[in-house]
Amino acid sequence: MNQNKKGNGMLSYLTASPYILWMIIFIIVPLAMVAYFAFTDSNGQFTFEYIKSVGQYTNIFIRSIWLAAIATIICFLLAYPVAYILTRLDKNIHSTMIMLVTLPIWMNFLLRTYAWMTLLGNNGIINSILGFIGLGPYKLLNTQGAVVLGMVYNYLPYMILPLYTVMIKIDKSILEAAQDLGCNGAQVIFRVVLPLSVPGITSGITMVFVPAISTFIISRMLGGGSNLLIGDLIEMQFLGNSYNPNLGAAISLILMVIVLIIMTVMNQFDGDDDKVLI
Amino acid sequence: MKKISKIYLALIFLFLYAPIFVLIVFSFNTTKSKTVFSGFTLDWYVKLFNNDLILTSLRNTLFIATFASIISTVLGTTASIGFSRMKRFQRSIAMNVNNIPIINPEIVTGVSLMLLFVFFSVRMNFEFGFITLLLAHITFDVPYVVLNVMPKFRQMDPHLYEAAQDLGCSPVKAFFKVVMPEIMPGVLSGFFMSFAFSLDDFVISYFTSGSTSQTLPITIYSMTRRKVSPEINALSTIIFLVVVIVLVLKNIIEKNNQKKLQNTALIDIETEL
Amino acid sequence: MKKTIIFLTCAITAVSLFSGCNSAPETSSITLSDPEYYQKFKDQDMSINVYNWGEYIADGSEDGIIDVNAEFEAATGIKVNYTTYATNEELYAKMKGGGADYDIIIPSDYMIARMIKEDMLMPLDYDLIPNSKYVMDTFQNPIYDENNAHSVPYTWGTVGIIYNKNLVDETNIDWDILWDEKYADQILMFDNPRDAFAIAEIILGYSLNTEDPDELRAAAEKLKEQKSLVQAYVMDEIFDKMGAEEAALAPYYAGDAVTLMADYDFLGFAVPESGTNRFVDAMCIPKTSQKAEAAHMYINFLMEPEVALANCEYIGYSTPHTAVYEQLDDEVKNDGFSYPSDEYLEEKTTLFVNLSDEANQLMQDLWTEMKSSN
Repeated sequence: MNQNKKGNGMLSYLTASPYILWMIIFIIVPLAMVAYFAFTDSNGQFTFEYIKSVGQYTNIFIRSIWLAAIATIICFLLAYPVAYILTRLDKNIHSTMIMLVTLPIWMNFLLRTYAWMTLLGNNGIINSILGFIGLGPYKLLNTQGAVVLGMVYNYLPYMILPLYTVMIKIDKSILEAAQDLGCNGAQVIFRVVLPLSVPGITSGITMVFVPAISTFIISRMLGGGSNLLIGDLIEMQFLGNSYNPNLGAAISLILMVIVLIIMTVMNQFDGDDDKVLI
Repeated sequence: MKKISKIYLALIFLFLYAPIFVLIVFSFNTTKSKTVFSGFTLDWYVKLFNNDLILTSLRNTLFIATFASIISTVLGTTASIGFSRMKRFQRSIAMNVNNIPIINPEIVTGVSLMLLFVFFSVRMNFEFGFITLLLAHITFDVPYVVLNVMPKFRQMDPHLYEAAQDLGCSPVKAFFKVVMPEIMPGVLSGFFMSFAFSLDDFVISYFTSGSTSQTLPITIYSMTRRKVSPEINALSTIIFLVVVIVLVLKNIIEKNNQKKLQNTALIDIETEL
Repeated sequence: MKKTIIFLTCAITAVSLFSGCNSAPETSSITLSDPEYYQKFKDQDMSINVYNWGEYIADGSEDGIIDVNAEFEAATGIKVNYTTYATNEELYAKMKGGGADYDIIIPSDYMIARMIKEDMLMPLDYDLIPNSKYVMDTFQNPIYDENNAHSVPYTWGTVGIIYNKNLVDETNIDWDILWDEKYADQILMFDNPRDAFAIAEIILGYSLNTEDPDELRAAAEKLKEQKSLVQAYVMDEIFDKMGAEEAALAPYYAGDAVTLMADYDFLGFAVPESGTNRFVDAMCIPKTSQKAEAAHMYINFLMEPEVALANCEYIGYSTPHTAVYEQLDDEVKNDGFSYPSDEYLEEKTTLFVNLSDEANQLMQDLWTEMKSSN
């Protein structure tokens, strides 16, 4: 922006240099170390053994992807109408409503997940209420359903927010034009709002899917330790019951690759390269 | 249609808030039961305020969040100055690296930092704890500051800075007089975002905390893995109250600012998120 | 006006958050055998890092029970950073790769042996632990640590089955009940490899210390078979889950069963006739500790008769401490759980020993495989 003054160019590099150095030490090098651990054994010898042995846990990868995908879809189905309704509300209460949506995020997620533990138990509140009307008790806790519920509950706001942000920017006159041209309410939503909200959808999907696929707390607290996810597997290798950092690094590396692939696919729908996902 | 959408919205909010309210209600329960409410008491709050472990970890959390967010804001803002002036190609590399901690699964970031710290702690004989937590928190905080500040530089008229210098300001003075006010909203939201993320972070802290500095989320985690005392409910209630108060205040302040700035400034909702 | 109220609330919350910080008593209420001994680091602003099992120390959370760490701080002026783990393997992982810096850890027998073998523990200086005289003869010179060179016994016990009397009507409860289809989804299982494998090994008639790869694989198969019946793999979560009648059966340590039964009279504890594991948890100082002398002081403090008694009563585990044992009620001594007969201990229980590296690695791999199977 200021090609005439060479001094300023130098200065700007100088101001960025501390953080560039920081990024090298605390972002690049650590990831390189993950790769190094993934390809060496405990004596530091180069090996493919750990990367290969990740194959044994294919079922965990499939389960994680599957559960995270279901949770993402449910989040989308729940969040889309919410975001749409919010944009139609009176402008004055928008910020209040957005605050209500964001508020649970700031409550520590361990506490929120713990809350579900007490709700879902065999003698928990939900089963007690069902018992009143003569139903149950159902096995709710320690199931895959509970894990998905935990994911949906924790990440739903992350789906609502980007959708809302995109939808609120849609020009109202376009919607009116569509109605004038004979679209009914549903057609307006499916043929106008939906295509225009694609950027919000893609960032919502990534913001739900990535944390969901790598969580280890939700599956541990609500899944009873028998529905392991990739995150649990990684945690087990580093701080859990089977200490094996090399295997842990190999799994982390592959998880990273999966996430990278998903992000690339998502970006294909997005067009706008400069957009940042948040 | 209107009615259905109101009911739908109400159900979603019920889903989001019911678990939290259950936690809150049972913080006043006389027994440890989580399903039967047997009477009102404030005992668990008294116990909570006498629980050294929780108070110490709360203090650790506040310390780390404060330091990390201040350092991150400075580091991220200065970095943004440089990034915004880089050539397109270099900038896109810098921004991509910057976004790694945001895009990467938290557990991978945590594990990678743990490996780094272990490597150095063995060789340089330093301990895990406050320092490692602080470094880790800064690492995941700065990217958010950069993301908040960068757009402000792009919106700014570059000639302002030059004009100030032409009028006799030194580059540094010109920066503080002219550039700072323009990017301030981005800097502030970056600061608050990193503070909030630091307060709430569990996964990365879990892998990078040592034996001494436990943060509140780590303490909560270990509480849920043992005999659970309703102190945890009392803690939830207090955290909920604090969050409500902070968000309400933020809303009031923003509303006031909006009125003042209505005609002059662009309000970018994205940065609020 | 509204703003004033909000700010007031804020201020009150903030102030009240920090008002309760100095709850440690100014002076210790404990009678110490040698008060002078504990004075050495007074006013030096020292702190030690203690890493212990969850629910494994008297923490003042119940009326009439002292807070041991607070008492230690009052007596010595040394601050205790107290954190907890759930399994020996977690402790090992944290020590090996977690940048840990602990001054006191309390592993179990086989893990102590493994840590000695891997040179992770510091030899103790018994001149600094005069209270070690209270250790019972039977706990001197154990197989996992020759001459107690690295460890001072803290507690011991056996593993059995906690069951809900309302849900389980069998009288002769043994390990195979954990494979009984009747109790599908009512069973909680150990979330650590060594304890879980031991149960499968007993049922299959193997030694608890088998290193035979085929036997270990068979045990893993057995655990896999059980997986569909297990409600959850947990450790100390059993306190809440059994207390809230969420599950019917849970294999666990006798000491915790004693604590649970005191709180909930619908719970019982079965000592399996087909044999079980006997364990000793002992206090150790990691080699990396920079504050060894203060750590010795902590060990000695935990061996103070009054402190050890408080711990014993609160955590419910069996004690290797002569003075504490003497003070116990006959009711406790004869409950059949905490202090089984010598014949039972002799004939039916086995102490874990540290397995070979290969066997450890195999068990760990099989455990991960079992946990991750569908």
